Amino acid sequence: MRYLYLVWSNLKRKKLRTLLTLLSITVAFMLFGYLAAIKQGFSQGIDVAGLDRLIVRDKISIIQLLPEAYESRIEQVEGVVDAVHQTWFGGVYQKPSNFFAQLPVEPEGYLAMYPEILLSEAEFEAWKGTRSGAIAGRGLADRFDWKVGDRIPINATIWPREGGERTWEFDLVGIYDGAEKGTDTSSFLFRYDFFEESRQFGKGLVGWYTVRVADPDRAAEIAALIDAEFANSPNETKTEPEGAFLQGFANQVGNIGFIMMAIVAAVFFTILLVAGNTMAYAVRERTSELAVLKAIGFSDRGVFGLILAEALVIAGLGGVTGLLLAWLLVAMGDPTGGSIPVFYIPTRDLLLGLALIAVMALATGTLPALQAQRLRIADALRR
Amino acid sequence: MGGMFNWIGQIASIVLFNLKTVPQRLGFSASAIFGIAGVVAVMVGVLSIAEGILQTMENSAVPGSVIVLRSGADSEMMSGLMGDDTRLIAQGPGIARNDQGALASPELFVIINLPKRNTGTDANVPLRGVTRTAFEVRDGFEMVEGRLFEWGLNEVIVGVGAQREFEGLDIGSSIEVAKEQWPVVGVFRAGGSLAETEIWVDASVLQPAYRRGNSYQSVYAKLESPGAFQEFKDALTSDPRLNVKAMRQSDYYAEQSTVLYNLITGLGSLIAVIMGLGAMFGALNTMYTAVASRGREMATLRALGFRPGPVVIAVLIESLLLALVGGLIGAALAWWAFDGFRAATLNFSSFSQIAFAFDVSPALLIRGVSFALLIGLIGGLFPAVRAARQPVSEALREL
Repeated sequence: MRYLYLVWSNLKRKKLRTLLTLLSITVAFMLFGYLAAIKQGFSQGIDVAGLDRLIVRDKISIIQLLPEAYESRIEQVEGVVDAVHQTWFGGVYQKPSNFFAQLPVEPEGYLAMYPEILLSEAEFEAWKGTRSGAIAGRGLADRFDWKVGDRIPINATIWPREGGERTWEFDLVGIYDGAEKGTDTSSFLFRYDFFEESRQFGKGLVGWYTVRVADPDRAAEIAALIDAEFANSPNETKTEPEGAFLQGFANQVGNIGFIMMAIVAAVFFTILLVAGNTMAYAVRERTSELAVLKAIGFSDRGVFGLILAEALVIAGLGGVTGLLLAWLLVAMGDPTGGSIPVFYIPTRDLLLGLALIAVMALATGTLPALQAQRLRIADALRR
Repeated sequence: MGGMFNWIGQIASIVLFNLKTVPQRLGFSASAIFGIAGVVAVMVGVLSIAEGILQTMENSAVPGSVIVLRSGADSEMMSGLMGDDTRLIAQGPGIARNDQGALASPELFVIINLPKRNTGTDANVPLRGVTRTAFEVRDGFEMVEGRLFEWGLNEVIVGVGAQREFEGLDIGSSIEVAKEQWPVVGVFRAGGSLAETEIWVDASVLQPAYRRGNSYQSVYAKLESPGAFQEFKDALTSDPRLNVKAMRQSDYYAEQSTVLYNLITGLGSLIAVIMGLGAMFGALNTMYTAVASRGREMATLRALGFRPGPVVIAVLIESLLLALVGGLIGAALAWWAFDGFRAATLNFSSFSQIAFAFDVSPALLIRGVSFALLIGLIGGLFPAVRAARQPVSEALREL
């Protein structure tokens, strides 16, 4: 307790300086938290990818469509439990910048494949009973303030309706939640039978398949079996685990992780300089006081602890405040206004942040603390 | 007039005096300088990515040229035009002609998976099917290695950007399309435009390979004059046989980059502002310490008859000088590290890769240094006011 009081009075000694140092550390950790969320957003839910799910797409590129008839052939491959298809609709709601994914799917199969999509029984029944019915993720519905019962017009860019009409109208019959924090709730799902019946061309063709395998350990082997099934057909396939597929897509954007790391490193280096220097100055300024403490019986180790504790308090207060602020800022939404499907600070990055707080305290406090420890009373008092 | 000179003289002498004591506070001054340098370097670095993408888009738009897509399509990928449509479009009013005919190039645009060099994972590489007019409607096309593909053969040429960013595009290697191997026979440059990220092949070879029949996705056309656009557009949209939209290429490419540009500049500015706050606290700390450590000197000057105004301005100048040095170091660092740095990313609007070079433009450098000066101004202002306000008697008593 006695030490704590001493630490506290030392910090109060130059209130403004303490506050400014604290604030610069706060800013550093706020940025750290925010960048962690951005990195998470760009990785598009790789963390929650199903280990037992594979993605089957056309070998040439994902824009090439696959026959719907592949579904039953995939399901016959040994080790496959189930397969469902999805297609990129790519429509525009009101204006192009309101970007979100719209996918025609078969309701029952799709929800069985993605148990992390939580839809109430009543809404599921309503979807099955409404041909033009659609469901939206919670994030998406909140973004545009949609309610169940709304009629949502979407303009096709790829898929005109029969007769060339471009506007598709859907009835919102349900809003789904995500089972996990990282579950994407920014998608708009509507019925494939409605899509198939109404589209002008491309009938019988779908975008890609999601496949569930019985044994995740055999995923690579089963992927090879699926690709072999369609080898030398007009549509050869490329099958890979869901996580690898998502990682590949994130890699297309560029090495986001590396860029974020570089920025965070620059920030920390900067703050380390500022805070470390201030700490060193604060100790130098108090040389005679520290000598007095030693003269009245404080041990070398005690003085060392005293200074280090000061650094810990500053880094701890500033760092935790910064992480909290980042958390608040992230909760307010992503900078694009909703285009990033998942946006939160993962627990592992919060823990990393706490570890970095300790590192920063040690890095800024150790040197001045050592100086204080080595201080010889006679020399110091003579100054 | 005499008072004015006296004032400036006072400022100059305080600034000089202050600067002479900088070495005594080297740690603080250096941390402020490097703090600000870090902010400027990161800000300029991130924004240069957006600038580079914008530059590539601007290079792609041929002045006075148009692109025609199916009505409702936002990008080439989503568009589709029948062979007959493209012939009608080529007959539109105002299209420039040479002795071979109208300068209207029907093109096919698809993507192909190729591994990106730096990650090894598949990327959406644009593959364009072209006819002979494609070379007439673009500026700055030149082969830099190898030769053009033979018309009618399944040979491809690749842009310099594509060759740099993706695996398997060197001359002599081949890409696999529709179970066939298509050899790479040449490398081209196209004035720093988007085309440099693309692979080109004869459209009549690509159509059957992607089962496109006699269809295309876009028509690139040169107009006789930029003023001919409205007439051309009206003729196309009022033609009952066509269901298309015509856009100036400058507008089209600007639209294609909006999402990406806004995302990067938005993020970059946000990061810069947050980092800037951090650096400002550092600068404030530095200047407060500077003022505090010279409280007696300042008070002595005031007692000698120096006025508060010059004291404030002198402290501000010192802070601004530190910020200027930091800003210049940061700008130089960003220029040295990032300018011309080549990368590729996914453009969401076209769902395909775009290769570009980071562009640290002079305007961006000026913005960076201005931001540094702003940090310096705020960082110096409060300490300066404190220095001037401190009562002389009190300051002199301080040890």
